[in-house]
Amino acid sequence: MLADKDRIFTNLYGHHDWRLAGARARGDWDGTKEILAMGPDWIIDEMKKSGLRGRGGAGFPTGLKWSFMPKTESERPHYLVVNADEGEPGTCKDRDMLRFDPHKLIEGCLIASFAMRAHACYIYVRGEYYNEASNLQAAIDEAYAAGLIGDNACGSGWKFDLYLHRGAGSYICGEETALIESLEGRKGQPRLKPPFPAGVGLYGCPTTVNNVESIAVAPTILRRGASWFSSFGRPNNTGTKVFCISGHVNNPCNVEESMSIPLKELIEKHAGGVRGGWDNLLAIIPGGASVPVLPKSICDTVLMDFDALRDVKSGLGTAAVMVMDKSTDIVASIARLSAFYKHESCGQCTPCREGTGWMARVMKRMVKGEATLDEINQLEAVTYQVEGHTICALGDAAAWPIQGLIRHFRPELERRINAYRDAKTRAKAA
Amino acid sequence: MSVRTLAQKQPASFAFKAEYMERANRVIAKYPKGRQASAVIPLLDLAQRQEGWVSRPAIEEIAKILGMAPIRVLEVATFYTMFSLHPVGRHHVQVCTNLPCQLRGSDAVVKACREKLGCELGETTADGQFTLAEVECSGACVNAPVVQIGDEYFEDVDAASMGKIIDALKRGEKLAHGPQNGRLHSAPAGQRTSLNDAPTPPPKQDLAAAKAAYDKAKAEAAAKAAAPKT
Repeated sequence: MLADKDRIFTNLYGHHDWRLAGARARGDWDGTKEILAMGPDWIIDEMKKSGLRGRGGAGFPTGLKWSFMPKTESERPHYLVVNADEGEPGTCKDRDMLRFDPHKLIEGCLIASFAMRAHACYIYVRGEYYNEASNLQAAIDEAYAAGLIGDNACGSGWKFDLYLHRGAGSYICGEETALIESLEGRKGQPRLKPPFPAGVGLYGCPTTVNNVESIAVAPTILRRGASWFSSFGRPNNTGTKVFCISGHVNNPCNVEESMSIPLKELIEKHAGGVRGGWDNLLAIIPGGASVPVLPKSICDTVLMDFDALRDVKSGLGTAAVMVMDKSTDIVASIARLSAFYKHESCGQCTPCREGTGWMARVMKRMVKGEATLDEINQLEAVTYQVEGHTICALGDAAAWPIQGLIRHFRPELERRINAYRDAKTRAKAA
Repeated sequence: MSVRTLAQKQPASFAFKAEYMERANRVIAKYPKGRQASAVIPLLDLAQRQEGWVSRPAIEEIAKILGMAPIRVLEVATFYTMFSLHPVGRHHVQVCTNLPCQLRGSDAVVKACREKLGCELGETTADGQFTLAEVECSGACVNAPVVQIGDEYFEDVDAASMGKIIDALKRGEKLAHGPQNGRLHSAPAGQRTSLNDAPTPPPKQDLAAAKAAYDKAKAEAAAKAAAPKT
């Protein structure tokens, strides 16, 4: 188990002072000027060496992403945009960082912006997080007043401005190009890539979009060294990670743990175990609503990291663990997610706009078994028609939960269909 | 996608009050010159805070302030679900029913709301005090079920605590938001499994040594690249 001295988010539960004085006592803003003095190339190299993979869901190496930005400033300014539009069902880790550790994020914004030669950064916070945004704004004001950011950030000579921008309730704005569109004042409809944001992003300028957690861990990584961070987890899956454990556990919670921790250990150590004991477990969605569900047999041994979960045809995603015990109606659960994707599709690409609605309607019938056995295959075929045929990954995200359900729970779907048909036949005969 | 249209009955006009206009100007100043359209979401939010909902005159006024075509503002107002395009009650009760909340009993919370308020999802009570709505993931899933009322999150609610919250609002009181079962934010209930130690500043790496090692590796790589191939 990870020791407290190796935890980055020491105020995850808000039991200490989140303001500047408290943050400083926990080590934030300590020697930031010296880190900046190491230069952008060293910072990016150190981030690469740490092995940090993006914490927003896709797991793209953060240092590599930073290195895609142009090396010199031109007439087009560079931007860092922080994605705090947290809305993936099951995920609530950024919320705690915004409200209880805002200075880690602000310091990370400065260092990352400096490394990418950006003088301005926008933090896009989901609109519902009103109190969280208030804390963050108060922390930004404190940082300006203390000279940590502003015209001469930390006395480094670097001009850096940080702005908070609140969204207005749209899941799709968590997609990086939709977020940029939204920040420019339009509907959050994703853009085609290429061009990638590092070339043409916010206001047509070079832009990098990073998740809150990816940015907030950067100062600690640079302060303690890449080798410290990479000493946790398996190769290619290094570091610590904040996990969100929700659903049928005794004590749902957020917790920072080492990457590659066994799923069972994570739940038993921190969440008080599955309600009714591990044997009462039916299935777990290990990384937010978008990743396929896993049956108990896989959950018994799987490790919580990008590669281990990919190998079992699921994913780490945002590390939001949703636990379902044997009392769960698994078909109704996945149908609820299908309804969610139907609601959140931006409507731009036909396969997603029409497909999410079609899949949600069929899933609704599947809950009751009001379908034919052939329709299971038809439903699966449609998910593959949506997956990979849209501009952004929302289409994939809508398809995967259903694919996971059919892969692992086909007998349950068949049982319901047969039971519904038999009940109807009997009613007719009577 | 959900179809969202403007209310049939619209007010004759809209203007930001001085205090709100001042806030709007502060928001507009965050964005580069010529990019003031970026402020459209915050300004719609301010209009909603002033009036309780977003009307057609408000959309037209914001278009004028930001130099945008009114259709562009209308597009944004109808796309983002936090904007109420119809008048809502003084208390906007938004129950999350997405999977993590559903697993922890949001159905019972919805039922409690319907019974207590005497209105269905999407409806406003006859006295205009409450609007009940179902929302997608509120992003506080380890504290499910979650109910958002105005700007506040009420967490770890059940039918009983939901009833208490509504009763308090009816009396004109406000209960403390956050977890309703006494736990500390997102920490596990009972004894904490982590973060029990008093936090201390983490140890720091030797930056001078790191820089020297980095420069040496870089020089070696450059020398290797420059060396004639044999």
